[in-house]
Amino acid sequence: MIRAAGLWVVLFALWLLLSGHYQPLFLTFGVATCTLAVGVAYRMGTLDDESAPFHLAWRAVAYVPWLVWDILRCNVQVARTILSPKLRIDPAIVHFRASQRTDLGKFVYANSITLTPGTVTTGIVGDDFEVHALSKGLADGSEENEMNRRVTALEGEAS
Amino acid sequence: MGTALQLLSWALILAGAFFTLVGALGILRLPDVFTRMHAAGMTDTMGAGLILGGLCFQGDGITAVRLLLILVFLWFTCPVSTHALARAALQGGLRPLTGTAAQRDVAAQTPASRQDP
Amino acid sequence: MFAVAVAALLVAMAMAVTRALLGPTAYDRVLALNNMGTKTVVLIAALGFLSGRPDFLDLALVYALINFIGTVAVLKYIEYGDLGAAKRADGGTDA
Repeated sequence: MIRAAGLWVVLFALWLLLSGHYQPLFLTFGVATCTLAVGVAYRMGTLDDESAPFHLAWRAVAYVPWLVWDILRCNVQVARTILSPKLRIDPAIVHFRASQRTDLGKFVYANSITLTPGTVTTGIVGDDFEVHALSKGLADGSEENEMNRRVTALEGEAS
Repeated sequence: MGTALQLLSWALILAGAFFTLVGALGILRLPDVFTRMHAAGMTDTMGAGLILGGLCFQGDGITAVRLLLILVFLWFTCPVSTHALARAALQGGLRPLTGTAAQRDVAAQTPASRQDP
Repeated sequence: MFAVAVAALLVAMAMAVTRALLGPTAYDRVLALNNMGTKTVVLIAALGFLSGRPDFLDLALVYALINFIGTVAVLKYIEYGDLGAAKRADGGTDA
């Protein structure tokens, strides 16, 4: 129920932000639409931890800046690789072991790997991540281990 | 608006334009679809991120929030479509070039991957 | 100065189109088109500022949504040859 209320609040905030109209008529439409959307999500049974991950919200505040910094760092590295005249690439498939317990945690980890340039998750079997890297130096394990640790911390104890 | 903020905004936009161009160059230069994905990811993350981030300082508050919303949406969907592309390519029988074979292909300017399925 | 960003985006889009035309596989073309869609989103936002109409941002947001769905739909069609398929052709599931 808390999850439904949270989803409703987020949806309505989005409505207010994007519509830019604050007359009573439009507000009524907004309330009706958000209620309908939450009702449909409830009936479909999709209103769970994965569709409304509010329990991650406050820990994500610490994770997102680190991720953005990491993306920036890897971007500079990949840009250097592309601009070098001889194009020194060494593409490889590497495997990582993820320590997240929930599917949501694995999802966040896989997307973080893909979002960082130079590494793309191509497959997940259980805890085993198959990652394609532009050069082996970009996926030597140290950075991915750091990311793995942080995503596991993001996942937290409760789940 | 302060001059410093204005300068920061332009610096971000120019850096974003630079990363977009480098990403596009990578899409042209790299030898196969798996390596090109990395270059495309560069445009998606830093190119779009820096340009939209720089534009944030140019409008009022609501505009900035909307720009950030676009950015968040792009950053949520880009890994998903990249991952879908990688899976589809693997499913379609493409195998990534690995090691120094990729470099030789670049040097010889030969087509690196199979023709259309 | 917005013109610089718009010009860079247009040049980058031309390069992506070149890749889409060169191929050589269907996946290269999808990759180039998806990438062009992302650039279009940024281009619409920058054009809105260039012409002094920040309302364009709503268009950019909608374009981002459509681009994502379009890419996934095209990939699904290439992979299964059928947009309605619920299971993978080999009987496995998407992990």
